[in-house]
Amino acid sequence: MTPLFACEHITRCYEGAPVVEDVSLTLPAGGCVSLLGPSGVGKTTLFHVLAGVDAPDAGRVLLSGEEITGAAGRVSYMLQKDLLLEYRTVLDNVILPLVIRGETRARARAHAAPFFAPFGLSGFERKYPYQLSGGMRQRAALLRTCLMNNPVILLDEPFSSLDAITRRQLHAWYLDIADRMRLSTIFITHDVEEAVTLSDTVYILAGKPGRITRRFDISAPRPRDKAFSLSPDFARAKRDILEAIDADTP
Amino acid sequence: MKRKSQNTTAFRRWPSLLFAAVLVLLWQGVSAAGLLPAFLLPGPVRVVLAFVEDFPLLMRHLGVTLLEAACGLALSVAAAFVLAILMDNSAFLRRAVSPVLLFTQTVPTVAVAPLLVLWMGYGAAPKITLIFLTCFFPMTIGLLGGFAQADADAIRLLQSMGADRRQLYRYIKLPSAMPAFVSGLKISATYSIVGAVVSEWLGGTAGLGVYMTRVRKSYSFDKMFAVILLVSALSVALVALVTHISRRLMPWDRSSHTPS
Repeated sequence: MTPLFACEHITRCYEGAPVVEDVSLTLPAGGCVSLLGPSGVGKTTLFHVLAGVDAPDAGRVLLSGEEITGAAGRVSYMLQKDLLLEYRTVLDNVILPLVIRGETRARARAHAAPFFAPFGLSGFERKYPYQLSGGMRQRAALLRTCLMNNPVILLDEPFSSLDAITRRQLHAWYLDIADRMRLSTIFITHDVEEAVTLSDTVYILAGKPGRITRRFDISAPRPRDKAFSLSPDFARAKRDILEAIDADTP
Repeated sequence: MKRKSQNTTAFRRWPSLLFAAVLVLLWQGVSAAGLLPAFLLPGPVRVVLAFVEDFPLLMRHLGVTLLEAACGLALSVAAAFVLAILMDNSAFLRRAVSPVLLFTQTVPTVAVAPLLVLWMGYGAAPKITLIFLTCFFPMTIGLLGGFAQADADAIRLLQSMGADRRQLYRYIKLPSAMPAFVSGLKISATYSIVGAVVSEWLGGTAGLGVYMTRVRKSYSFDKMFAVILLVSALSVALVALVTHISRRLMPWDRSSHTPS
């Protein structure tokens, strides 16, 4: 069966030296895959290739079996910074992907309005980003990403700028909304607990150049509740991954 | 709440108001003491009287000067946008044009103005040209800097949404350049009035500069002071207008109002 999204043997070089090498991964429909690795291992470089804003030196990116290497706009992409535009209201920020596709502002607003409640942003439509808390800004950025309306979402450390308590709340919230909206997600993270909490599969990216060194399947069924993070399954997965990272890091 | 903010505004302003009042009193004192002949240094009271007496005339000249300034400023705003966008898109153009642009700004206005009059006559053309030459530069530089400061990640994000070059300007580059543009516009607005007056000194039939030359030649220094104050007031009013408009256009700009 063709996976929803995949990349095959991606290599990307900068100034002659490979940053990531021979990276292959697959994302099934409705799945949640994490890319776990230390800073500087080329996670963001890889994401730029997957998002199509950068072209690889070798390898292909496939969406439902169709090659989309180097084509922007086919998968949704969210960076670590929320990148909300300070000069647009929250509503006008989240409709940007629709407006850029040529939708009128009125229709885009009407389309986005029903999502404000599930994203915990009701009543903040006409506020400016500086009036929002960190967690709300991140949820607004996620809503904007979802409104890009692609089946695949790439999230580059979306929760890393938040405090631990808010982050934990957003994990639970994201698992719920991802199920409800049938999102298929690839996460970048350097947080082992976050990777285990959110994903079905965790890929470890390590070394220089960055390569996929291991792959772990987290078998716990979804939807997962908050208790999962205290369960023996969780602890076992976390221990396995940490040991693998220690073994791969010289 | 509102009352409190008014009180604090008054509180912030009173030192400058006090200082201005002291200066006016000092001026009146020096003038009344007769240290200089009254016609050379008229007191503030005489200046106000001269202003009132010539008010209709002043307003007619003011209209001409304002029209020239507005035309020159509008042209330079348009040119600043076109030039800045072209330079932002082409490194070659940027390198080619930047030094020449800078050079044009080192040429003293007063030196160019007579030439412009020789070339273009006594009508509005040389005046608008001079205003244009002095005004487009601060805004062009402001816009260029603003474009360069636009968040590279925000641009990449919009590209990942499939935005084309025009959309990048509309949604990222132009809005991020607005604060820098407004700073440039404030400078240009004051330049435009001064530029109009300076160019009117060198020839013309109407305008505050023409009026200024006339009253200077007839030693009516009370009227001279009146028109100088009017020109200053005009510049201040223009800057206030620009500030007001920019607050309306940029409600997100936290430098212009405090968040609640």
